[in-house]
Amino acid sequence: MLTYIVRRLLQSVLVLIAVGFIAFSLFSYVGDPINNMVGVEATDAEREWARKTLGLDDPFPVQFARFAAKAVQGDFGQSYRLSIPVATAIGERLPATLELVFVAAVMALLIGVPLGVYTGLHRDGAISRILLTISLIGISLPTFLIGILLIMVFSVWLGWLPSFGRGATVDLWGWESNLVSWEGFKSIILPAVTLCLFQLTLLMRLVRAEMLEVLRTDYIKFARARGLTNRAVNFGHALKNTLVPVITITGLQIGSLIAFAIITETVFQWPGMGLLFLQAIQFVDIPVMAAYLCLVAFIFVVINLIVDILYYAIDPRLRLDGSGHAH
Amino acid sequence: MTTLTEEQTNRTWVWRLRDSLQRFFDSDIFYSFRRSPVTVVAFLTTVIFFVAAFGAPILTPYNTNDVATLDLMNAFFPPAWIEGGSSARLLGTQVSLVVGFLSVLFSVVLGVGLGLISGYVGGRTDHIIMRIADVQLSFPAVLVALLLFGFAKAILPRGVQDAVAIYVLVVAIGLSNWVQFARTVRGSTMVEKNKEYVQAARVIGRSPIAIMVHHVLPNVMGPVLVIATISLALAIITEATLSFLGVGVPPTQPSLGTLIRFGNNFLFSGEWWMTIFPGLALVILALAVNLLGDWMRDALNPKLR
Repeated sequence: MLTYIVRRLLQSVLVLIAVGFIAFSLFSYVGDPINNMVGVEATDAEREWARKTLGLDDPFPVQFARFAAKAVQGDFGQSYRLSIPVATAIGERLPATLELVFVAAVMALLIGVPLGVYTGLHRDGAISRILLTISLIGISLPTFLIGILLIMVFSVWLGWLPSFGRGATVDLWGWESNLVSWEGFKSIILPAVTLCLFQLTLLMRLVRAEMLEVLRTDYIKFARARGLTNRAVNFGHALKNTLVPVITITGLQIGSLIAFAIITETVFQWPGMGLLFLQAIQFVDIPVMAAYLCLVAFIFVVINLIVDILYYAIDPRLRLDGSGHAH
Repeated sequence: MTTLTEEQTNRTWVWRLRDSLQRFFDSDIFYSFRRSPVTVVAFLTTVIFFVAAFGAPILTPYNTNDVATLDLMNAFFPPAWIEGGSSARLLGTQVSLVVGFLSVLFSVVLGVGLGLISGYVGGRTDHIIMRIADVQLSFPAVLVALLLFGFAKAILPRGVQDAVAIYVLVVAIGLSNWVQFARTVRGSTMVEKNKEYVQAARVIGRSPIAIMVHHVLPNVMGPVLVIATISLALAIITEATLSFLGVGVPPTQPSLGTLIRFGNNFLFSGEWWMTIFPGLALVILALAVNLLGDWMRDALNPKLR
């Protein structure tokens, strides 16, 4: 167990270094930063002096080490576009994205799993068939189109829900939140539904497939033969054993929720990290791009690590196999 | 008989064609195709999209570069919002299909190539390629494509950006999709390389590259076709997403994504048709290609027969 975790930790660090390297090479290959800083009339000697004092003539590994050391402390320099420190810009936007992702993930779990169980138990029922057909369409619908459709129906036609921005947020000890008041919650409904729809269909199909698989096994037949109630068999025995892949996928999908938040935030003009990143790409705001890249990589790696360890904790069979072959 | 008359040559050619057509119509694959109405509809829909998209210059009566014929704002009454926009929409579909195809081609070439090398050579090469694949797989394709696009935008000089935007898009989407091809091909290559025909080829002294390309490759291409179909749908959606976000096809060129982006600006003033029709085209196209892929996966899988 311990060797396994240590090995995974080492791998994660390697990934982070690789991503940091990519982010750093963004800085070093795009133009000459000195040109952006000094005036047009600066002499060569002045340029040379600036280069030296900023440490830009140091060898590549030294510069990379300096970048990494600063990055670990959250210092990515100034944003070219906003002229404020990148850490501040991201810090302001982070709560919005995290709240959105959190609400979407909870929705996907609370709706997706029960629907999956239902369609798994009543595999030939009319409702199941309808749900499955809808889910196929849901997978073919791109996220941004779902968002536009929802805006069209609920904001433009019905006028029930706001279509952009965070609306009224409540300040909870420095954390702007949408979740404590109804007015704020109204703003998060449409973006969260848009973001969760794909994960919801994915979860539903996954749980359904797993349920069908498990219901065929001998121990379920045995449980029925023992005369246990349907409820005990379906939920106590069957559902419990479908949870391992569900947890893995949910964990990994949180990563893709953060990535797809870029799209949702653009459609709904939600002031989160994704929107910031997209604007950074359009304006070639390299410090923000580099910081976002490192932050997202960090989040992904941490989630992957947690999922792997959870996997290990939940499924006792893996512990018997010896640590090297946990996958 | 030493020589055939011209008529006989023609006849044998026709017969051969008829024979192979006959064989095709009698085959299991065609049978399962015919038995699934959904697949037939999906296939026809895809074909119609292709014909409409690539025949757009001939089929559409309107000049898409002329402001007067492309004014979608006033096109409220039913025939107009279909006709006036259809020219742009068909051309847009063409751009989307071209980008989709080229990017899938790119990821097939890259993925199959790396997968073959990885599976055949094994050892350290295999290890390195597969670790890279693992790392990339943990990042969603849209994010990777966005990053690559941002990278390209930062490196390329401003003047050429619009001109090469489509190729950048193709490379970005292609690079974000190669992993599953590489994984599949690597798996089947590792099975194939221990079979007798590969060993025989090695014994007679063929070079590893020749063995990979001429002997192993034809035997591992089956699943690749299926994945390629499904990735085509994915690539079309990714292209539309990136163009919608404003980081794909330049605004001067219509693609389904840019049309939706453009229409989205007018959503609040009630001009819903500008968004809905390209959106509908996108969804139907993606759904049809997806259904075809689903059917192919089942039909080509010998375990399910």
